[in-house]
Amino acid sequence: MKPVATTKTTYHIPIGPIHPALKEPVYFEFEIDGERIIDVDVKLGHVHRAIEWASRKRNPIQILYLAERICGICSYCHPIAFALAVESIADIQVPERAEYLRVIQGELERICSHILWAGVVAHEMGFDTVLYFTWQIRERALDLTEYLTGNRITKGITMIGGMRRDITKDMIPRIHKDLQYFKEYYKKLEKIFLNDKTIKMRSQGVGILTKEDALKFCAVGPTTRASGVKKDVRLGTSYFAYGDLDFDYITPDVLTGTINGDVFDRIVQRLLEINQSILLIEQCIDKMPSGEIVAEPNLSKLLAQLKKVNGEGIGRHEAPRGEVIHYVKLDGNESPYTWKVRAPTYNNILPWIPMLKGNQIADIPIVAASTDPCMSCTNRVAVVKDGNMYEMTKEELHCLSVEKTRRLMK
Amino acid sequence: MKFSMLPQVLTQMFKKPWTNKFPVKYAPANTTKFLADVGAGKTKIVPPIETPLNFRGKIKYDKEKCIGCQLCLKVCPCEAIEFKPEEKKIKIFLARCCFCSQCNDICPVNCLSMSNEFLLADADPYSKDLIVE
Repeated sequence: MKPVATTKTTYHIPIGPIHPALKEPVYFEFEIDGERIIDVDVKLGHVHRAIEWASRKRNPIQILYLAERICGICSYCHPIAFALAVESIADIQVPERAEYLRVIQGELERICSHILWAGVVAHEMGFDTVLYFTWQIRERALDLTEYLTGNRITKGITMIGGMRRDITKDMIPRIHKDLQYFKEYYKKLEKIFLNDKTIKMRSQGVGILTKEDALKFCAVGPTTRASGVKKDVRLGTSYFAYGDLDFDYITPDVLTGTINGDVFDRIVQRLLEINQSILLIEQCIDKMPSGEIVAEPNLSKLLAQLKKVNGEGIGRHEAPRGEVIHYVKLDGNESPYTWKVRAPTYNNILPWIPMLKGNQIADIPIVAASTDPCMSCTNRVAVVKDGNMYEMTKEELHCLSVEKTRRLMK
Repeated sequence: MKFSMLPQVLTQMFKKPWTNKFPVKYAPANTTKFLADVGAGKTKIVPPIETPLNFRGKIKYDKEKCIGCQLCLKVCPCEAIEFKPEEKKIKIFLARCCFCSQCNDICPVNCLSMSNEFLLADADPYSKDLIVE
């Protein structure tokens, strides 16, 4: 946003970086006319933790646990995307059974994340009974996660070339029982969110993201699918066992018949995805072949193998919030040459601008929460020099680029 | 329905709370005295919920079996393990441990294992309970 020339009719409201309405640090600058938002600017970079830098003195197995700590809710999709990238460099073939196990864990994480989000969005509306109701369901999902992986949040189940823990036959009845519970409660949740007057009043026609804007701003995940864009990494590319499973793109018109791209549609979209995830886990359990769960059980051999390889790889995974991309370059050393993370919220920040414009101040929390933002995932680059932190403007970046070209031409 | 949450709220009112009140229902006025009482067997604590199968708790270390290969040092994500060169044994600082059990997986002689013990809170990160050797 340009420096604001304050006129008589509009005024300027800064919100953040630390604010009671925000769960994580992010800085908004609003241009307000009465109650209406005219212009928005978003500034990021308050929770940069230099995780990529920390990776440069660790080996790939250690980085799995570092990646897990990028974000608490996406504690499976970051290490798995990293593992996918490293597997593509080292050309490791993941066993068939591990591919199915990976789908199960990924979908279980999606259920946890979406149910948590449903609670948060109800909380932002001031409907706290639904918050407690949804988190009660989430508790069950977390218990199942603990049963399958050993931990509730930081699962520690990913390994390069497979998984660390198998699902044995005696675990399957418990999974079926919990899935039945989720199905039952999903129906109740659907009834609450689709029929309740409070939710309809606050979410219908609020924070509209049109299909054109969703495409223009490269929104990802449920945010873009709620606007009618059929974009899903699980279907767009073939990875894990998703190719063998029977499922299709979901847009909110499956349930409501129309696509408006408002907050209500994003609620419907995520509810539908919870159901889809339950069905996917069921399919996986039925179809799962027996066999090995990791390509190279001897970890010291695996480390030696990774130490030899050269090259770069990309890992893409459909996280609960959208597509997460990890870029890794290995150069024959113990630790990677570089590692770059692009979290889904990075793409879902810009769509906030068309969503917020024209809405009221009171709609800010609900619209912002409707994309399920995660700041600790997003903040990836900060430039610190001589003790001062500054952001790079477009011109500076252009200058740097020109300088680099000249340097390379020498 | 206008208030779709209402039936749920009413049923919820007559249900037992999910929370397990571990270690006691209400915070004792004097924690030190309470702990002394528990030690003497005068009062009882509410038992914690059982840990699940394959829970990752405090690391157990079988010193006799250890051959000092240092592979666990190589994979530990948080550098919680120290090597003692004169003895050729290891020392694990649980205050730094993230309980991923990666050292258990790589150990060639299986001298490390995870126990069910999870009550590891301590004011001093170098206290005796938090160092395994």
